[in-house]
Amino acid sequence: MTGVNSFQVSGYGPERAGWTRLFARDSLARRLDWPILLAALALSLLGTLLVYSATRNRTELNQGDPYYFLVRHLLNTGIGLVLMVGTVWLGHRTLRTAVPILYGLSVFLILLVLTPLGSTINGAHSWIKLPGGFSLQPSEFVKVTIILGMAMLLATRVDAGDRQYPDHRTVVQALGLAAVPMLIVMLMPDLGSVMVMVVIVLGVLLASGASNRWVFGLIGAGTMGAIAVWQLGVLDDYQIARFAAFANPSLDPAGVGYNTNQARIAIGSGGLTGSGLFHGSQTTGQFVPEQQTDFVFTVAGEELGFVGGGLIILLLGVILWRACRIARETTELYGTIVAAGIVAWFAFQAFENIGMTLGIMPVTGLPLPFVSYGGSSMFAVWVAVGLLQSIRVQRPMSA
Amino acid sequence: MTNIPETGRTPRVQIRLVVIQVLVLSLLGTLGGRLWYLQIREGDAYAKEASGNHVQQVVQPAVRGSILDARGVPLADNETRLVVSASRTDLLKMEDDGKAVLTKLAGVLGMTPKEVMGKVRLCDAETPQPCWNGSPYQPIPITDEATPKQALQIRERAEDFPGITAEPQALRRYPSPGEANTAQVLGYLSPVTDEELQQAKDTDSPYLRSDQVGRSGLEREYDKELRGKAGVTRYEVDNLGRVIGQAEADAAQAGSNLVTSIDARVQRVAEYELNDAMKKARDAWDRNTGEKYKADSGAVVVMEAKTGRIVAMASNPTYDPNAWVGGISAKDYKKLTGKASNYPLLNRAIQGQSAPGSIFKVVPTAAAVNAGYSFDGPYQCSSSYSIGGQVFKNFESKGYGPISLGRALEVSCDTVFYRLSHEEWKRDGGTKPKKNAGDWFYKTAHQFGLGAETGIDLPNEVTGRIPDRQWKQDYWKANKDAWCKYGKKGGSYAEQIAYENCLEGNRMRAGDSVNYSIGQGDTLVTPIQMATIYGAISNGGTLYDPTVGKAIVSADGKTVQEIAPKSHGRLPISRQTLAAMDDALAGVATRGTAAWRFADVGWPQDKIPMHAKTGTAEVYGKQTTSWFATYTKDYTVVMTISQGGTGSGASGPAVRNIYDALYGVSDDGTINKKNALLPTPQKSLPKVRTDGTITSPKVGKDPAKEQRASQENKAAPDEQQLAGTVATPTAENRDTRRRRGRSRRRGSRRVLT
Repeated sequence: MTGVNSFQVSGYGPERAGWTRLFARDSLARRLDWPILLAALALSLLGTLLVYSATRNRTELNQGDPYYFLVRHLLNTGIGLVLMVGTVWLGHRTLRTAVPILYGLSVFLILLVLTPLGSTINGAHSWIKLPGGFSLQPSEFVKVTIILGMAMLLATRVDAGDRQYPDHRTVVQALGLAAVPMLIVMLMPDLGSVMVMVVIVLGVLLASGASNRWVFGLIGAGTMGAIAVWQLGVLDDYQIARFAAFANPSLDPAGVGYNTNQARIAIGSGGLTGSGLFHGSQTTGQFVPEQQTDFVFTVAGEELGFVGGGLIILLLGVILWRACRIARETTELYGTIVAAGIVAWFAFQAFENIGMTLGIMPVTGLPLPFVSYGGSSMFAVWVAVGLLQSIRVQRPMSA
Repeated sequence: MTNIPETGRTPRVQIRLVVIQVLVLSLLGTLGGRLWYLQIREGDAYAKEASGNHVQQVVQPAVRGSILDARGVPLADNETRLVVSASRTDLLKMEDDGKAVLTKLAGVLGMTPKEVMGKVRLCDAETPQPCWNGSPYQPIPITDEATPKQALQIRERAEDFPGITAEPQALRRYPSPGEANTAQVLGYLSPVTDEELQQAKDTDSPYLRSDQVGRSGLEREYDKELRGKAGVTRYEVDNLGRVIGQAEADAAQAGSNLVTSIDARVQRVAEYELNDAMKKARDAWDRNTGEKYKADSGAVVVMEAKTGRIVAMASNPTYDPNAWVGGISAKDYKKLTGKASNYPLLNRAIQGQSAPGSIFKVVPTAAAVNAGYSFDGPYQCSSSYSIGGQVFKNFESKGYGPISLGRALEVSCDTVFYRLSHEEWKRDGGTKPKKNAGDWFYKTAHQFGLGAETGIDLPNEVTGRIPDRQWKQDYWKANKDAWCKYGKKGGSYAEQIAYENCLEGNRMRAGDSVNYSIGQGDTLVTPIQMATIYGAISNGGTLYDPTVGKAIVSADGKTVQEIAPKSHGRLPISRQTLAAMDDALAGVATRGTAAWRFADVGWPQDKIPMHAKTGTAEVYGKQTTSWFATYTKDYTVVMTISQGGTGSGASGPAVRNIYDALYGVSDDGTINKKNALLPTPQKSLPKVRTDGTITSPKVGKDPAKEQRASQENKAAPDEQQLAGTVATPTAENRDTRRRRGRSRRRGSRRVLT
């Protein structure tokens, strides 16, 4: 405590109260879930290095400044942290009351994407160009609002003690709430995000205690939907090609299979400890497209090897493990559903993203939470961390 | 804030949350497992694939080493051409993709910018010629005919021409010093094949698509040494092929020079004399066939007797090896290999085989002594020898009475050898050989190295053939079906022969052994085999592997790897027999069948003892083969001309002229050391300086013609005086002076061989 004393002596008295309050027993800082926070922070910083490694030579992307993406990724992380603090400060319960506004706003934004204001990147029409080189991907925020909205609908009557489980009517309402933005996103078409949303809905329904019929029904409907989408030709050629390349990786290595093939070579060549940060030849030679965003895991795989790639999976595991605990330990269903939704989101998105670089999942354009470059994704996942913290902070201490 | 009433966690939700947790963890576990599989289990394979992905090789060719004669005169070297090339990698780094530099370059080279840019663009389906179809990482040649001034302009202003190089590049050249073409010995190069390219791809000396590989002769035998090591630079490239770094660079190592024992001047003399002898033979009348001699091919070998080193080796017909340089045209190729070509690519000194005739007789002489017959005899040299009604005549049916084996060699008495061979054949059991048959006549031939390669350092040497019992058996087995089908009792001559062969072709008949004893019948030898044998008789009995390569000298002259003479055995004869045989062979040159080419026409036998043996081999359906085998204490010269006439008649003058040139002997028998090309074999090696240049003496325009002139003693008076100190020309000498006109007249005279 000498440090604190010296602060006192040098005249920082007024601060003292704040510091001690922050670390006092039962204080906010003490009740925060530090493993989640630290793991998320570690992933973001690791991501900064990997994004930098992937982009420092890509002059056509970084506009001549090798640190362009590094600075922006750090900035995004910073904004993400602020959003997290804001979320904790507001609290998930307050946000519950704001669900109609948030929902309306995100639906408006994704509708905006469909207007000429939206722009197409990699075949998906899911961005809104903002001035200053920034762009917004509203589907990321939709994931949060679906979780919050469904949780609100499903939990209200249960938390009020009216019922033990959400009734069918509520479930229908909740599904309807999720379906609207999902349909719009599907029109973009941003198939990856739709897949994540389906899994989120599934996770939310599971955690809500809705009857098994709904859960299995949804799984069945999802499967039917997938078949229908395939049969009806809703998919673009490039999407079909991606699935074909997944089914047969050696197919057309210069074309469709190129991504997966090069990604796997990059990761495979990493070995146990990798070629060293900034020394990966696949990365330096820019053999893997979209390496700072969707394929960022290949940088870790090549330059940091099994150790680095394993660390990323481990850090994600820490976040998911703690989030599951939060879901189980919170006393109100609303918090449980939100936490479970976030778990479903992070888990599936991470699995799909890393899985496609490892060649066990088809290629879709999904970022790796915290690690991939991209503001919207970064903000959304940090808001989610804020929600988890809020649920954790606001549950009564077990002691 | 926790004022919402406890609802109590329902077990269903709790269970489902656990399910979610387990599901999530198993997903992460799957990822971890897959990561382990890719990186640890399959990591090596992927690492290899990755390195193939981003490493590009650029190969710099090594300059091929020269082939030098014994004094350093280049027989094969490289012509330097100034090649201006552009590096695409460097050009693409410039803002305008190098357009400005190429335009400037076009100005210097006197080309249009369009021409230059056309040459550096890469070929693809839509790009018409001109375009570059090689590796984009290889410097692309823009011209190979730059003048030194242009090259200097480019090199002096290197900063104005980034990515452009003006460097001398080597192209093979066979300069034929003093008209010595040496074609079959040198061999030739031809472009590397796809297969070879593929095979050498991962070695430390890969081929370039433009590489040339030695295909025959010395170029092939010493290809590895001459080729050197190509330099390899490995660049790391990105996904678009742009160079992002240099991985490693091994500089090219120029090929070593091959110093041969060939003397360009002697080679020229040998080639000229062989050709001249063949030309003259074609003017001579063949009484047997009633037409002029065809003299379709011939060969001559000049060998150092004490080491087996080849001083000259000529084969006729010949060709210009420069035809192969820069790729042979289809027309030229047909000319060299077509049916009408008479196969000039063959080196007949090592690939031409024919019956040796009487020059073979040294073998049965040794065989007889080994079988227990006395060298001194005497043996009856009758005019003919008959076996069961079949009469084997001596040449021109001449008899010499009882003589020694030595005298039989001298006068080339066939009947002496018929008788001895027949006796031995009978002793061995005749057509039904005993188990412990001595087979001395055949065994000795094998011990002389016949029927096997001499081991000369030239590719595709043929073995010749000794028709011993084993060979007869094998040959019969291979051919009996054809013989039995064609043969007819009482049919035409050929049918009758086939019929007999079918019945008993596997048996050694008396006639076979008799024919064999004088180097006829199925016996085949190569000139190089005979040179090796006569060299061994000269040097006291050692059979040396003939060698053309004498030393391999690195491009900077620093390391010299000498190729030491190697022996593959000794003649199976005692010192006394050898000495007696040596005497007899000297007798051939002084009193015997070759005297009219040597002793009778002013050969200084007392100063340079000459030994010789002539041979005239009969070939079924063809004119006789001329053979002439000779040796002094330092050299062996063996010449043969197919369908050329008698040994001394057709080949004699040429061999004499070669000796005249070696020792500087004039037509009148005086020795003029100044004219001697190589009175003793060249011992020292030429010097290769550290900068790669080679000190070599000048070779006259045509040593053969210069020799002819000097031999006729048209030299300056003081030279004549000098020559006079060696041997004073006498009136008699002048009388017997060998003139070409007279030689020809004498050549038509039938003599014993």
